[in-house]
Amino acid sequence: MTKLTKEEILAVANRAMLEITEEEAEMYTEDLSSVLAFADKLNELDTENVIPMTHALQQVNVMREDVVKNVLDREEMLKSVKDHQDGEILVPTILS
Amino acid sequence: MSLFAKTTVELQELLHKKEVSVKELTEEAFARVAKKDGDVQAFLAVNEEQAMKRAEQLDQEPTENRGALFGLPIGIKDNIVTKGLTTTAASRMLEDFMPLYDATVVEKINNAGMVTIGKLNMDEFAMGSTTETSAFQKTRNPWNLDHVPGGSSGGSAAAVAAGEVLFSLGTDTGGSIRQPAAFCGVVGMKPTYGRVSRSGLIALASSFDQIGPITRTVEDNALLLNAISGVDAKDSSSSSKDVPNYLEHLTGDIKGLKIGVPKEYMGEGIGEEAKASVLEALKVLESLGAEWEEVSLPHSAYALPAYYFITSSEASSNLARFDGIRYGHRTEKAENLDELYRKSRGEGFGVDVKRRILLGTYTLSAGHYDNIYKKSQQARMLVAQDFANVFEKYDLIIGPTSPTPALKIGEEQKDLATKYASDVLTTPVNLAGVPAISIPCGFSNGLPLGLQIIGNHFDEATIYKVAHAYEQATAFHKSTPAIWEGK
Repeated sequence: MTKLTKEEILAVANRAMLEITEEEAEMYTEDLSSVLAFADKLNELDTENVIPMTHALQQVNVMREDVVKNVLDREEMLKSVKDHQDGEILVPTILS
Repeated sequence: MSLFAKTTVELQELLHKKEVSVKELTEEAFARVAKKDGDVQAFLAVNEEQAMKRAEQLDQEPTENRGALFGLPIGIKDNIVTKGLTTTAASRMLEDFMPLYDATVVEKINNAGMVTIGKLNMDEFAMGSTTETSAFQKTRNPWNLDHVPGGSSGGSAAAVAAGEVLFSLGTDTGGSIRQPAAFCGVVGMKPTYGRVSRSGLIALASSFDQIGPITRTVEDNALLLNAISGVDAKDSSSSSKDVPNYLEHLTGDIKGLKIGVPKEYMGEGIGEEAKASVLEALKVLESLGAEWEEVSLPHSAYALPAYYFITSSEASSNLARFDGIRYGHRTEKAENLDELYRKSRGEGFGVDVKRRILLGTYTLSAGHYDNIYKKSQQARMLVAQDFANVFEKYDLIIGPTSPTPALKIGEEQKDLATKYASDVLTTPVNLAGVPAISIPCGFSNGLPLGLQIIGNHFDEATIYKVAHAYEQATAFHKSTPAIWEGK
């Protein structure tokens, strides 16, 4: 059975760009270790010649004409943005 | 007598003859919400001002423009975007999010002349099965307010059961329409993957999610699915297959129909009352001329791990868009951009959402991809093949929707076999992408039980036919909870 460490969970959170507290990290270490026991269950299966199923409904090459249609208005879209100026989104310093 | 006690056909006749106005019906819906929702807590937002304006406009429509759903009140799960009406997915992350466009299903219900009463509570980002993980409120089961309504579409099922709306839309990724429908004693359909456009649905797991109707009766359900189905240029995974007129299939004639009952759905962990109610229902169907036999879906035990790993992976990828930049929660504590992302996400997401993001990110990481993610996709194929094998010989598959009725709020299922069984009953359907309905089939200590009827891909018509025949032969759909009132 796969046993995770708190350091591994913090590394995963780092990759997911997700800040978690020390206490949360401890809780998720326990939680995810027990979920990963499920992966062992899957290993019982012989999947040698089984094609992975990537979608519930297999459709190939769904195409459409590439034409510009009505698009959302910039002013309207900026209403959802917390901080903006002159039609541009403001963010904190990028280079630190 | 309350207008809400009338059938859809009766209401439609009154509306068409203009004996009742859309305004009157809409006013009654809001009056009922005002009276009941303090107890039920199904609504996250009510749309009173816009809805009353719309009702007055609809009352000007000439009779010939009025269809079968014209003027009827509907509630919408809060992960489906509605222009000018907040859409939060029950998350702090989207607490003040105001969509700029309508989801395709919302355009379709608007075109049908329906009136949106408000947005309905759910588990945060649809991750859960009790509606308790909502960041805002706990919805209560109208049959017993101490119990959960199920989830994740708990608000959608509770609002219909309590008689606050006549119709609602829910979404189902692993049972999130069927299980709350069962817990609240209403009819809930998870359509075939691709039957209904997902454009405007806030994604949980894109290869699983489907929007579907929750209603009081099978006929109402068929009407609403007809209205929302069909191919959509905005969702390339939607199917271009023709949508049949489901009402034409509600004939009551089910003679010779072959039903398979999986032994995996009637075994360990399934409550005695749930089992007994299914066996009773099979007797009713037999008396109407259908035949049933025990069958096997041998890979059911692998459905749950495959479901966990694939949906969490898809969720971690889908939820990457919530970065605090263009919309959604933005932290006030960031010194630089990197911190802005991390803190906004850390503050905006709840405990369960973070857990799934972590599991999904782990599963998709180099070193785990082949032995967990790909292995899960292979297990998914085997689960889907199980269904295909059974549907070669049988028209439908029947079992319970849930091993038990609704638990109490805050209560955890302690019996692990039962906890496990509750997912085994619903998640395989989503892995395979087939359609399934839950309809009321009994009570246990005053709480409803649900019968699950599963069909082959794009064969919702046969599901509705059998569900309707069963409903007409029984009286469970006529029961309403005490809170319903006003008959």
